[in-house]
Amino acid sequence: MSVDTITETITAPVEVANPRDEQIAFVLMTLALIIAPLFAYPFFLMQALCFALFACAFNLLVGYVGLLSFGHAMFLGSAGYFSAHIAKVWGWPPELAIIAAALGAGVIGLITGALAIRRQGIYFSMITLALSQMIYFFCLQAPFTHGEDGIQAVPQGKMLGFINLSNQMTLYFVVLAIFLFGFLAIHRIINSPFGEILKAIRENEPRAISLGYKTDRYKLAAFVLSATLVGLAGATKSIVAQNASLTDVHWTMSGEVVLMTLVGGLGTIFGPVVGAFIIVAMQNYLAGFGQWVTVIQGVIFVACVLAFRRGIVGEIAHLFKRSL
Amino acid sequence: MIPLLGISTQALFGQLLLGLINGAFYALLSLGLAVIFGMLNIINFAHGALYMVGAFCAYFLLNLLGLNYWFALIISPLVVGGLGMIIERTMLQRLAGLDHLYGLLLTFGLALIIQGVFQNYFGSSGLPYAIPRELAGGTNLGFMFLPNYRGWVIIFSLIVCLATWFMIEKTRLGANLRAATENPTLVRAFGINVPRMVTLTYGFGVALAALAGVLAAPINQVRPLMGADFIIVVFAVVVIGGMGSILGSIITGFLLGLVEGLTKVFYPEASNTVVFVIMAIVLLVKPAGLFGRTA
Repeated sequence: MSVDTITETITAPVEVANPRDEQIAFVLMTLALIIAPLFAYPFFLMQALCFALFACAFNLLVGYVGLLSFGHAMFLGSAGYFSAHIAKVWGWPPELAIIAAALGAGVIGLITGALAIRRQGIYFSMITLALSQMIYFFCLQAPFTHGEDGIQAVPQGKMLGFINLSNQMTLYFVVLAIFLFGFLAIHRIINSPFGEILKAIRENEPRAISLGYKTDRYKLAAFVLSATLVGLAGATKSIVAQNASLTDVHWTMSGEVVLMTLVGGLGTIFGPVVGAFIIVAMQNYLAGFGQWVTVIQGVIFVACVLAFRRGIVGEIAHLFKRSL
Repeated sequence: MIPLLGISTQALFGQLLLGLINGAFYALLSLGLAVIFGMLNIINFAHGALYMVGAFCAYFLLNLLGLNYWFALIISPLVVGGLGMIIERTMLQRLAGLDHLYGLLLTFGLALIIQGVFQNYFGSSGLPYAIPRELAGGTNLGFMFLPNYRGWVIIFSLIVCLATWFMIEKTRLGANLRAATENPTLVRAFGINVPRMVTLTYGFGVALAALAGVLAAPINQVRPLMGADFIIVVFAVVVIGGMGSILGSIITGFLLGLVEGLTKVFYPEASNTVVFVIMAIVLLVKPAGLFGRTA
């Protein structure tokens, strides 16, 4: 595929970055999340935070490297199974179960990423989708995942030996801490020299190659980082929900994370968080409408692509000519 | 009955036949995807959903209007093709000049809408569609028993595939089409209406999917999600074959159907994943795909 400089890339052009705007937005977001349990169910918030981290880690790949993965559910779901299995069957404490599961997702990311980055653009999306479908069938058939039943009654245990996770509020602040860790890690990656090279690859890969960068290695590294952080989200999610099921590995989940990121704003730092909260809230409130939720999601997809490509945060940033 | 490697020839040929049938659907669907990709540079995620609509169209024609299978074989692709042209004119055309991934996202959204609506009204269970009277029964070939309808599906889809290949590679219309793929601006300068050609191409591509849906209706039952998982396998088929050549996607489709059938005989646990494993191997050995032109 030839590189056409006039075509609009998958992300809106980046406005001049101003670290202070981002700091203010970050402080506001953190404050809002700290007082949020006063206004909303902690369980809903924890779900939303896990999905927000999922979307942020997905956005690292699509927004900053320009690789649209349609198979990120494989990392979310398999890390969920890993942490559930490790915590329940092996009896490890939650912090080790989560770390091990995230690393496990990173290993899957290394293998699948090495295959997927061999093609670009649309092919990359199709390959990640096909590989995640393979992982789905594996999870369906492997004995340790218990097929359709999933892993139930995962113990929450005591983090670091003294933080009792069966208390909802305690669990909420642990999940918030994990989310903020993941969020800041992604922010750090994006603003590092490594992140600048990723953006260069997104803008013009042949040029990055001509400047001497081994772009395949950078793309693979970004893929593995993204997979590991998605794994962190998935592992935490199964400890929160106390179960791991096939839903999280299915391709519809890969589609949902694309939708969250698209609604919030591709290639924005805060967009995926906003998008995740909106979509999770929508699913909660519309749960009684059955399959119409799928239809509504489809309509949002179409509307975003046709008329609203910057997403919510992207539009706000554009309006104020800021980078968020 | 001669047992071969501990498996009766009856079972072996039976599974090979099933594989060939699936291969026929893979070929028709990946052919449609390749034709659309050639002109529009997008991967049509709604292809599986429109394949399902094609099958439902046949079901409605039979149960609401009393029109049988043979009418469905003509009307259903026309209806879905028309629907496709509307989609192209009203939505896909607005994405010209944007990253091609937006086309993927848009058609994914369309697939969700279409499948969601059908799921609302028909649930997830299958609706039966009878085999047409003319093709009921079967023929004994000596080494195996061939149900007539299955033989018809294989031969008919092979004819459709080859006719499509002939039209694109050997006729004047096809030459215009290929030229427009290479350089749309230049072809427009020759007075050929390229936007209309793009619309017709999309319509034709999804009409092929609808045709596959009608052919599948008597075999696989008519279900709202019949195309959802199926299309992912077709994507893998497309990656394996590479979208560079029309003939390539036909051959790859049939071949992978056969391989899948063989896997069902010798190692059934892997039958769901074999196509994806082959895709991984092909990516390692020949990233551009078996028939692909460039990486």
